[in-house]
Amino acid sequence: MNIVDFSLHEQAILLFAALILFTSFALLAQQRMLASIHVFAWQGALVAGATVLVAIVSKQNHLYFSAALTFGLKAVFLPWMLHRLVNQLGIQHHVETVVRPALVLLGAAALVVFSYYVALPIEKLSLLSTRNTIAVSMAVVLIGMLMMVARRQAVSQVLGFMSMENGLFFAAVVSTHGMPMVVELGIAFDVLVAAVLFGIFFLQIRDSIESLDVDRLNRLSETDQAEQTRE
Amino acid sequence: MSGWLLALIQLMIFVLGAPFLVIWIKQVKCRLQNRRAPSFAQPYRDLGKLFRKQVVLAENASPLFRMAPYIVFAATVLAALTVPLIAIKLPTAAIADMLVLLGFLAIGRFFMTLAGMDVGTAFGGMGSSREVSLSSLAEPALLMVIFTLAMTAQSTNLSSVMQYLLDVGVVLRPSLLFALLGLMLVAVAETGRVPVDNPATHLELTMVHEAMILEYSGRHLALMEWAAYIKLMIFGVLIVNIFFPWGLATDATLPALAIGFAAMVFKLLVAGVVLAVAETRLAKMRVFRVPEYLNLAFLLALLGALSHIILEVGV
Repeated sequence: MNIVDFSLHEQAILLFAALILFTSFALLAQQRMLASIHVFAWQGALVAGATVLVAIVSKQNHLYFSAALTFGLKAVFLPWMLHRLVNQLGIQHHVETVVRPALVLLGAAALVVFSYYVALPIEKLSLLSTRNTIAVSMAVVLIGMLMMVARRQAVSQVLGFMSMENGLFFAAVVSTHGMPMVVELGIAFDVLVAAVLFGIFFLQIRDSIESLDVDRLNRLSETDQAEQTRE
Repeated sequence: MSGWLLALIQLMIFVLGAPFLVIWIKQVKCRLQNRRAPSFAQPYRDLGKLFRKQVVLAENASPLFRMAPYIVFAATVLAALTVPLIAIKLPTAAIADMLVLLGFLAIGRFFMTLAGMDVGTAFGGMGSSREVSLSSLAEPALLMVIFTLAMTAQSTNLSSVMQYLLDVGVVLRPSLLFALLGLMLVAVAETGRVPVDNPATHLELTMVHEAMILEYSGRHLALMEWAAYIKLMIFGVLIVNIFFPWGLATDATLPALAIGFAAMVFKLLVAGVVLAVAETRLAKMRVFRVPEYLNLAFLLALLGALSHIILEVGV
């Protein structure tokens, strides 16, 4: 189905999908702490906007509730909480160095192509007008995972995890017009609890290794000391 | 016959209007920065003065150094000929191919970089090396934008792309949004504006374009400067006429052409304001940050192509 045959609302869904994908890339490339939290908030807002549009097109009223929940949680509450945590830890102006940023971005582009290839047979089974966006939501999930692999800073890893969740939610909305309400509420609370736990976890690892660089968790402090004395 | 006449008039508007676009941007920029702006005739006066001045050549300048300004100017004017300005379906549409346009600009750049190295001063060589390394990064992004457009309109001909986009009407295409953003970033880099290069300074460490033409004087310098103005106009017209094609004249009647002219002037003035605001807001980047910037442009263009394939064609 070509974009010219779609109604304006359906075209807008595609536009939102593309913008969500773009925020995923922006999240991956953004090295400043506060800016990446803002990008994450924008991604949440875009997912909520796309959900509203799907609700209008498919006339599924319960999707309005999901959209409101997503907006409140992903675009307002979680960014606010991360903001507060970052202020508490005093790393607002932290700039993370990404190893080979160009290579990571090209990898993300390759993931988009891969998820398009994987999603093709699924799209052939679907009759919804939003089926083209399944590949995009899969790509958002995979890019979130890539972000968790490529970043060493704990806060950015959490952002990658949360954007994976955004991708999953978007996939549910566009491929089946949303999950049952119970499941959705359950996931929302899961994310909330996860966010709170992450907050405690940040403070803990900072207390024990005096940094949020999770690579340092790989080293055993005693062997390090032993090596140092040997040198 | 009237078609050719029209193409010629369009080219004259293009070549003579290019300095006006430059001074318009400068005027807006001066207003924004609370400075007194030069008058609208200033770039024309500058060009006139340079054409009257005597040419001073370095002793070891080769014939290539003297030929280069004419080649650069001619290549840029030919490139301008391929871009529909106020009307499409002109006889020149036969060569109005986007790859041809890139080729003309590449010829101009090739001779300009050669001329920069010809006299053997340190600045010329530095400018040339920077220009080549930046353009080798900008060109893939520009090509990706062209591929996105070609996939959408099934043609690399500028005239038919604009015709197609006019016929289809308003469609929210994510691919074109990304292509537009990518093209805007590339245009800034290719025309040497802030934040990539600053056309207004001769600060030694940062200049790219100015370093290459440092040895030129008199009419040679005038031609080089004029070619740079036309290049800015080419990119401005590409952006406004491809992504906002409304108002372009599709037939050669007088009212249609008048509307086309008025629409073109309006769109370019708005584009000039956008560029001036962007230049006022941004500071010049360090040269070593420019590859990152062009990487972003390439990524945007690539996302445009991918979102066309994934979202717009579908299964």
